Amino acid sequence: MKELLSLFDGLLAFGQDGNWKMIVMWIIGGVLIYLAIKKEMEPTLLLPIGFGCIIMNFPGSGAAGPLETLYNAGIANELFPLILFIGIGAMIDFGPLLSNPKMMIFGAAAQFGIFFTLCMASIFFPDFRDYASIAIIGAADGPTSIVVANKLGSQYVGAITVAAYSYMALVPIIQPPVIKALTTENERKIRMTYRPKNVSKTTKILFPIIITVVACIFAPDAGALIGFLMFGNLIRECGVLDSLSETAQKVLANLITIFLGITIAFNMTAAQFLNVNTLLIMGLGLIAFIVDTAGGVLFGKLYNVFAKEKINPMIGAAGISAFPMAGRIVHKMGLKEDPQNFLLMHSIGVNVSGQIASVIAGALILKIFVPML
Amino acid sequence: MLNFYFEPFEFVKNLKYMGIGMLGVFIIVGVIMAATYLTGYLTNKLAKPSDDE
Repeated sequence: MKELLSLFDGLLAFGQDGNWKMIVMWIIGGVLIYLAIKKEMEPTLLLPIGFGCIIMNFPGSGAAGPLETLYNAGIANELFPLILFIGIGAMIDFGPLLSNPKMMIFGAAAQFGIFFTLCMASIFFPDFRDYASIAIIGAADGPTSIVVANKLGSQYVGAITVAAYSYMALVPIIQPPVIKALTTENERKIRMTYRPKNVSKTTKILFPIIITVVACIFAPDAGALIGFLMFGNLIRECGVLDSLSETAQKVLANLITIFLGITIAFNMTAAQFLNVNTLLIMGLGLIAFIVDTAGGVLFGKLYNVFAKEKINPMIGAAGISAFPMAGRIVHKMGLKEDPQNFLLMHSIGVNVSGQIASVIAGALILKIFVPML
Repeated sequence: MLNFYFEPFEFVKNLKYMGIGMLGVFIIVGVIMAATYLTGYLTNKLAKPSDDE
């Protein structure tokens, strides 16, 4: 009889007090899987995270061992996010940005949410490692969030990563009301002429190298993130490594995404995840995205006060690095106000500059806070 | 009873990081912008027509 009962240890252990929290975690995992499949919200990450969340939350789950191995091999040492950046770099076409480099300034402005959230999070979290890591949710950039939170040694890496990816998926819901609230109808109707300049192949090849050098000089902590991102872009633009570029964009990015998603769930045990602080992190993440959007739009309005040729202030909102959603949202909103208003090339230019600026912001946070460790 | 940390004055204490951080982002992005303009200018000036896309 004892032997028979021992077969069902897991079931008996489940009857213990406190295990209701595990059911809550299954529900959270289920919701993430639902959002991924039914609503197609960042499915490549939310689905593995959701599934990982379920298998991590069983009494004595055998999944914890392999996931811990993966976590130590790929997230604790920041390897997965960095390799993923090679794929992302290979996907990005910096052409619209190189055609009009002044758009970069809007990418910088849209990082305001990161630093505002840093101040907000410091109200609720006493440890600088936590509030600086929570702030980076505003980078709207999963790999940067993981790298910063890990380097600072925050205890909330799981919640921060889930918040970053969830809100990236929710950008189409979060941004439009903020943009509308901060702009008039006439401002949203401002047309911007796209005058594509001839960008030589040499410029496209030199750009990733120059960005890496500048980043390594001025923000050495961004060296790895920017370096891997730009390495991917150099593979794309050099013109002699097409098969490597294709592999980086598809096979490499997909492979790492599978491991990254399910490994993040290692930190999503009921004990670590179900507390008031997780709810606070979710709330602060939302604030970060809203303030990022507002910062970009308001900077666009400020620019118009001094500029001879007015820009559509909505493109400032594309400066958050959720690529390419933020760029597309601005374009769609422009078309909604005026069917002849094509903002896509401008908004994508701002969007890719936001990708660079968010990494720089992450590096600056590391530069400020790592010496305090 | 929920018992969590709440120190509103920390916001003001950390405003300096907001200033340093945003200033840093603008300076570095400004340098990248300048380098990009310079690269575009030099390569367009030096490039032969066949080098252009």
